[in-house]
Amino acid sequence: MKRVYVREEYCAGCGLCQVHCITAHSEYKGDIIKAYKKSFPRPLARVIVEEKRPLSFSLQCRHCEEAECVKACITGAMQKDPATGIVINDTARCIGCWTCVLVCPYGAVRRDETLHKVAVKCDMCAEAGGVPSCVENCPNGALEYREER
Amino acid sequence: MSLKSYVTPSFLIERNKDRCIKCKVCVQQCANEVHRYDEEDDEIISEEHQCVNCQRCVTMCPTGALTIRRNPNELRQNSNWTAEAVRAIYIQAETGGILLTGMGNDRPYPVYWDNILLNASQVTNPSIDPLREPMELKTHLGRKPDSLSIKEGKLQKKLPPQLELELPIMFSAMSFGSISLNAIKSLAEAAKQEGTYFNTGEGGLHRDLYQYGKNAIVQVASGRFGVHADYLQAGAAIEIKIGQGAKPGIGGHLPGEKVEREVSETRMIPEGTDAISPAPHHDIYSIEDLRQLIYSLKEATNYEKPVSVKIAAVHNVAAIASGIARAGADIIAIDGYRGGTGAAPLRIRDNVGIPIEFALAAVDTRLRQEAIRNQVSLVVGGSIRNSADIVKAIALGADAVYIASSALLALGCHMCQKCYTGKCNWGIATQDPHLAKRLNPELGAQRARNLLRAWKHEIQEMLGGMGINAIESLRGNRLMLRGIGLTEKELQILGIKNAGE
Repeated sequence: MKRVYVREEYCAGCGLCQVHCITAHSEYKGDIIKAYKKSFPRPLARVIVEEKRPLSFSLQCRHCEEAECVKACITGAMQKDPATGIVINDTARCIGCWTCVLVCPYGAVRRDETLHKVAVKCDMCAEAGGVPSCVENCPNGALEYREER
Repeated sequence: MSLKSYVTPSFLIERNKDRCIKCKVCVQQCANEVHRYDEEDDEIISEEHQCVNCQRCVTMCPTGALTIRRNPNELRQNSNWTAEAVRAIYIQAETGGILLTGMGNDRPYPVYWDNILLNASQVTNPSIDPLREPMELKTHLGRKPDSLSIKEGKLQKKLPPQLELELPIMFSAMSFGSISLNAIKSLAEAAKQEGTYFNTGEGGLHRDLYQYGKNAIVQVASGRFGVHADYLQAGAAIEIKIGQGAKPGIGGHLPGEKVEREVSETRMIPEGTDAISPAPHHDIYSIEDLRQLIYSLKEATNYEKPVSVKIAAVHNVAAIASGIARAGADIIAIDGYRGGTGAAPLRIRDNVGIPIEFALAAVDTRLRQEAIRNQVSLVVGGSIRNSADIVKAIALGADAVYIASSALLALGCHMCQKCYTGKCNWGIATQDPHLAKRLNPELGAQRARNLLRAWKHEIQEMLGGMGINAIESLRGNRLMLRGIGLTEKELQILGIKNAGE
């Protein structure tokens, strides 16, 4: 399956992937200013930028073949789509127990406590389809959406 | 105690609060630490003192919330003591040092390219559509023999070594040290793809760049940094650097802070030591000495590579060029007073040298008068800003042009003139790994390629308009040029007629 791969040698650590991730997951897709100023709750970025200069990279869910979070989920909210391979958390069923957070080997699941507690993670912008927003908007080609090499 | 500085910020940063989303991209991207996030007030604050107007934050801001302006704060009006003149004195009173700057001369001297107009065909001779008909831009640089003897369709005598260019544009000398490896990789790849050359400057050839040797002109300058047998063999041509348009008569100084491991290995000097290129080559004090070095380098490379000599355009440039041709150079590169630099003393950059347009016309004329024009190719640089400048340069007598500032602009340079600080926010003029990685050489190469291709198309269009189908037919064809707004003397030096004549 296609995944997002990082080329950390070209990651400028700017955080624009997060800005665009937040926008893509808000009710105001395509309008950054409204997404930040009007959407409530403002979604959390599904990508995490790790930085220890000069190293920096953007990290998001690996959509593992054998996803620990799916196995560990106690309500069945976390599921791997058998067709696309994308791991998605059904926020309606998520109870915010953080078991997925605990077992994720990459630290790619985040805790959203703005309304009711839910786990949030990269959904590969599956709803919109196409190239994930972070990849689309990386200013330096540091993110790639491709098959594994 | 005293006031720390009388120098007020040069720029003002305006942040449109309706647009700012406090994403902190500006904070993260500014190597000068102009922007900071105040957690207590949940505000981003900009301290303009350190702002150099490189436009990195403006360009990266996802909501277009930032504008940088010239600081409107004004001293009492004074046409003699301009704000700039006063500011320079404040800085020197504080530092006691030479004023440094980067990039080319920014003073409002006349740009002669803009006073020259091109011809086009009408009725009596047909213009050519380059999209439908062949249009040759191929250029050969090197010594051309006085005559050819051909027997049964074959040349009887081997031609002297030539550089073959698919278009008459090369990337000018910029060293590894003055610019980042990613910047050089971008240009090297673009040169390879488009069939032209890049120039190592006096920085040696990094091991990653040997694969681009066929497209490299390797420089031998006064510090002789990075020069060894493999280096000379690796390049397609060798260039002896005598001078640079931005700082004629001045050597170079790469501060030790920039000499990190890779630079030190490539230049063959200890890590952290200053790399000082003397003002003259200490073994060249005459044309005869230059001839020795030219032939030493030819001998060392089996007479297989053309040797270029690069000089700054100075008052006596025509006579000097004649000497260089007679010393055995295959190519003379002339760098005009607007040529760029990674670091130069401000007063030198802004006051020394002459315009490349005059230098080129004078040199071409002189070499023709002396009947030695065929012995050398002329390459000119020093602020070639667009394809029209190139066409005019070739009509004035150049064989090809060198571009560097334009090439860096293609890679993202925003002309803030702070290359010498090593804090280039665009990852170009820096060795800081955190900054250098901002330039992805794959994207850089694509942008540099695009520029070359765009200019190539434009040159073809202009040639076609003149009814010319090969760049060779334009070379030195000054009848294709007319002057506008020039004095009699200027027209005479340029060797062109006035518009209407």
